[in-house]
Amino acid sequence: MSLHVLATGALTTVQDRGRRGLAHLGVPRAGALDAPAAELANRLVGNDSDAAVLEVTLGGLVLTTDVGAWIAVTGAPCPVEVDGAPRGHARPEWLAAGSRLRLGTASSGVRTYLAVGGGIAVDPVLGSRSTDTLAWVGPARVEPGTRLPVGPLARRPAPHDTPRPPRAGPLRVHPGPRVDWCAPHALQTLCGSAYVVGSASNRIGLRLEGPALERVRHLELPSEGMVLGAVQVPPDGQPVVFLADHPPTGGYPVLAVVEEADLWQCAQLRPGESVRFTPA
Amino acid sequence: MHLRPFGPHALLAEVADATEALALAAWARHTGLVVTDVVPAAGTVLFDGLAPDEAASLRSRLATWNPPKAGGAAPPETRLVEVPVDYDGPDVAFVAEQWGTDVEGVVARHTGTDFVSAFCGFAPGFAYLTGLPDGLAVPRLDSPRAAVPAGAVALAGAWCGVYPTASPGGWRILGHTDVSLWDATRSDPALLAPGTRVRFVRA
Repeated sequence: MSLHVLATGALTTVQDRGRRGLAHLGVPRAGALDAPAAELANRLVGNDSDAAVLEVTLGGLVLTTDVGAWIAVTGAPCPVEVDGAPRGHARPEWLAAGSRLRLGTASSGVRTYLAVGGGIAVDPVLGSRSTDTLAWVGPARVEPGTRLPVGPLARRPAPHDTPRPPRAGPLRVHPGPRVDWCAPHALQTLCGSAYVVGSASNRIGLRLEGPALERVRHLELPSEGMVLGAVQVPPDGQPVVFLADHPPTGGYPVLAVVEEADLWQCAQLRPGESVRFTPA
Repeated sequence: MHLRPFGPHALLAEVADATEALALAAWARHTGLVVTDVVPAAGTVLFDGLAPDEAASLRSRLATWNPPKAGGAAPPETRLVEVPVDYDGPDVAFVAEQWGTDVEGVVARHTGTDFVSAFCGFAPGFAYLTGLPDGLAVPRLDSPRAAVPAGAVALAGAWCGVYPTASPGGWRILGHTDVSLWDATRSDPALLAPGTRVRFVRA
């Protein structure tokens, strides 16, 4: 059984929980940027939490299916239509064989997740079905015309067993390894002001604009390993939060690290929206 | 060794240089540490994805680690890979001038050096190879090339590297190789994983 993709919007990729343990070979982790939304979609259709889903950027996905399937749409809310009739968000819906699913433009947020009962069953690459958009390890980007195989159903949907989506709030930060490369008040500056999301933000990093974070050391930092959620301070002082497709090593000092449980919000912030940080 | 906390699940160990980082990473991988990633780099080793009680245990174990003696021989179990090179790169004359020799001199020096993959970064399978003395360091291009082909063998500073895939790049290109540096379908996808010994030979 397979899904036949007719339109993808700005960017649609296959994502699971990512490719772990290969940073020393230069391979980004990848994986769904809004992990709780992807997990919710999987639970709604009865999948295991490591099943692969589609990550759709700002809506615009259109596909047909050749057999009946349970689906669930989570993350950034957008109109969900099956053969032109509206369907629900964040609940299991039955997609009959031959019907056509359309995700409209997201009304807020950035990334919408589509889970299918049985999971997207493209061949894994190095243990994961995630596409990383930095080095393009993993399945090819989903394009109009792509056929996506779907795996066998693990179990029936269990809608009453699903968790509520997490609540939004300021991003909690822990001190990073290079606090001493920044001015003593840099963490306070980061936590004391609103930062605006820049238009160059993507799956690699959330680029922020706001009060510059001052550095006291201006030497070049030899490249060192980076973690998910690292807040890098480039020479211009405008912070970048590293997301799932971040390079495994980097050469700018890391002032802080965003609490992993808060990172889903970075997946849903639009350019021009503001974000605040708070000490963890 | 200086340990820097890197958020709640990671530790960054600062060591003297890339050789020490490689040795520490190799040692740590054999201690049965519960960790997702061990990432050596130019002067650090990142331990990422530490289980909650593992950071304290790692700190005490690291206190018992001693760096290998300078100039010590590579452990006998390390793999040796030969990489055949055509020395036809656009910067080979520039490197010859920097080294005060001719193209033949560059080839002799490059093929006569024992390199070791210290760490990977920049792109999957892109290995930073140590072996050249600091005195032979060459500057990067002022402005990176928009496209460097896969297989380009190049220098930056005292590092040598081979581009696994086509990408922009600012390293000085000595030549090219036809060997596959990166193949995600192989069980060992990176030909020059950290710790691999490398000899360049004329193609």
